[in-house]
Amino acid sequence: MPAKIGEVIEASSGEFTAQCYELHQPPSFGSLVKTREGEVEIYGVVSGAATTSIEPGRRPIARGREEAEEEDIYRSSPQLSKLLRTDFNALIVGHKEGQKLHHYLPPRPAKIHSFVYLCDAEEVEKFSQSFDFLSILVGAGGQADELIAASLRHAAAAHQDPRDFLIKAGKELAVLLGGETNRLNNILRRIKV
Amino acid sequence: MIGGRLGIIVSGSLTKGVEVRLDSAISVEDIAVGRYVTIEGEKRRFFGMITDVTLDAIDQRVMATPPDVSDPFIAEVLAGTTTFGRLHVLPVLTIGGDALSLLEGPQPVKTVPVHFSVVREASEQDVEQVFGQVEEKQFYIGTPLDMETKVRLNPAELVKRSNGIFGKSGTGKTFLARLILIGILQEGAAVNLVFDMHNEYGWKGSSEDRREVKGLKQLFPSKVAVFALDEESARRRKVSTDFVVEIGYDEIEPEDIAMLRETLGLTDAAVQATYRLARRFGERKWLESFLAIEGREELNELASSLGEHEATMAALRRRLDSLRRLRFLVPHARDNAIQRILDYLDRGINVVLEFGRYTDYTAYILVANLLTRRIHAQYRERMERALGEDIAKPRPLVITIEEAHKFLNPDISGQTIFGTIAREMRKYNVTLLVIDQRPSGIDEEVMSQLGTKITCLLDNERDIESVLTGVSGKSELKAVLAKLDTKQQALIFGHAVPTPVVVKTREYGSPQSYKELGFREALELKKKAEEEAKDLWG
Ligand SMILES: Nc1ncnc2c1ncn2[C@@H]1O[C@H](COP(=O)(O)OP(=O)(O)OP(=O)(O)O)[C@@H](O)[C@H]1O
Ligand SMILES: [Mg+2]
Repeated sequence: MPAKIGEVIEASSGEFTAQCYELHQPPSFGSLVKTREGEVEIYGVVSGAATTSIEPGRRPIARGREEAEEEDIYRSSPQLSKLLRTDFNALIVGHKEGQKLHHYLPPRPAKIHSFVYLCDAEEVEKFSQSFDFLSILVGAGGQADELIAASLRHAAAAHQDPRDFLIKAGKELAVLLGGETNRLNNILRRIKV
Repeated sequence: MIGGRLGIIVSGSLTKGVEVRLDSAISVEDIAVGRYVTIEGEKRRFFGMITDVTLDAIDQRVMATPPDVSDPFIAEVLAGTTTFGRLHVLPVLTIGGDALSLLEGPQPVKTVPVHFSVVREASEQDVEQVFGQVEEKQFYIGTPLDMETKVRLNPAELVKRSNGIFGKSGTGKTFLARLILIGILQEGAAVNLVFDMHNEYGWKGSSEDRREVKGLKQLFPSKVAVFALDEESARRRKVSTDFVVEIGYDEIEPEDIAMLRETLGLTDAAVQATYRLARRFGERKWLESFLAIEGREELNELASSLGEHEATMAALRRRLDSLRRLRFLVPHARDNAIQRILDYLDRGINVVLEFGRYTDYTAYILVANLLTRRIHAQYRERMERALGEDIAKPRPLVITIEEAHKFLNPDISGQTIFGTIAREMRKYNVTLLVIDQRPSGIDEEVMSQLGTKITCLLDNERDIESVLTGVSGKSELKAVLAKLDTKQQALIFGHAVPTPVVVKTREYGSPQSYKELGFREALELKKKAEEEAKDLWG
């Protein structure tokens, strides 16, 4: 089991939010993470991250005017890191029941306080053998196209022949996006090798 | 890629053919019209021909904002997805799958394959199943595009109907005709009479690169006789001729002159006048007598006694005078060419009549019509006798003419002997092999009577139209026909083939090709004879 990176603090059928154990160190945008609900492993693609004050409504103030280096700010006020938190969101793209991978939503959302793990290359490769998860991302709204591009770049790195993988993924997208050439173009430009 | 998967059926109809969406891995540039595919239907396997290749896009908006295909990555992604290739396929046969086609070989299609049936390039085996069923007495004419399987014709079937070879100039009609004639000759399916306008069939022909190719007589000396109209030319070309043809003025009838109306520029009145002349001077004497008349006055006298205009008479005389330059025309022939030809034909020897230097239409039309009319009359008489008296029918005869539209155009095909032969099928055991570069000039009715058509490239719309009239899958075949190579490729369709087929015509002209046709060099023959003698005497 890879090292855990955070813990679920908010969950719904289609996504979950986790708090990172390390401030400022969320998994990168588009990477594949997983958590667990009973026997079911739930996979998500990191769709955003934010570092905020732990108290809602209170914002940090600038403190570095007298410091030479940014690090020095944290060194001179060690309590700061305790007042900040880093959270990230993941869009659920599939799940695993027993040994079986499904590229659609799990029956139940993740439990609060479930651990979240970053998937290693092997797992990413396995998960991205099928492109069915792309249809979930295509309909994500907001920065869906950025997300698709980022997740494909990540997944490609886990494959033996990244270019071949991206071509196949691109073809899948071309079909999913139908006549939306502009979107397709945008994504393809972001993943081209 | 042969035998490989091409794509899937996405739509179609029995009459118009089916649409195949190409798999994204297949480039349209690897596809050629005229090639064969097989389609794995639910219950049967279909055999079809690619007749068109189209580029398509899932959405027309793609064309408005073309993707950035200058990037090879993007281009590769889009190929086969956003944009894809489409094939139009004409299913023509079912091969295997259902009981009937297993028992009796390929059957004509009566339905189309189901949606999303997988389409593959036909394998050699598939094509072999359709064309290659080697029966005895079949003649190999060529190979389908990019394949090795031999397409064979059955000469005995072929000669039951009149057939046509078409194609624009220089596409390989003569080479094809030579092969067909050899097929007929080798199988003894019929005897041939060839009106060889350009001296290409009898002794030798030439290929484009000025190489000489052997004619029929060189390959099959015991089965072919060369008749010459122009002895001098034959001698100069070192042709071993069997007979020199002379035609007497006394053999030329007004009907023969009527056929020359166009080439001699005769008016209707002038043609009518020839009949009056024949009545006046007698069938056998009229031409000689008419040409013997000297002086304007005598001619005018004749005109008035026949009730003709003087001008008509004078014009007719001028035009007929031009026949004098045809040296094979003599007042009275020393020998009867028609009887000689028939003698040879009866012995199963094929006759090629070379025209020598007389390569103009007047000579060709006059001689071909005149001889054919008489020979046909004999055949007719003998067939009728054979039917009544239980004697042997004459051998089937195939008459080959080039520039067929000169004999079979709509204006005259109703009157010429060739029109008659084409229409009566093989009632009297005579059929035609017509060769033409302008099929649109041939009477539609005659075209529709042709059993098998072999056509090389045609680019004139009207010619294409006329060749394909009445053929099922016409618009599909049109596309195929217009895309043939400029040489040595032909589309064959009709009675002699199970399905329309594009072939690369069998090569003719190399020593190897002669060998394959059964020709043995004299040296080789001598060696063989010596060996046999050695075997015999030790
Ligand atoms: N089967 C063949 N084998 C070898 N060469 C061929 C064959 N068919 C065609 N050719 C080449 O193409 C040239 C033209 O062929 P051919 O003389 O038969 O044309 P054509 O259609 O009869 O032309 P035209 O209308 O001028 O009489 C030949 O001289 C030869 O070089
Ligand atoms: Mg020719």
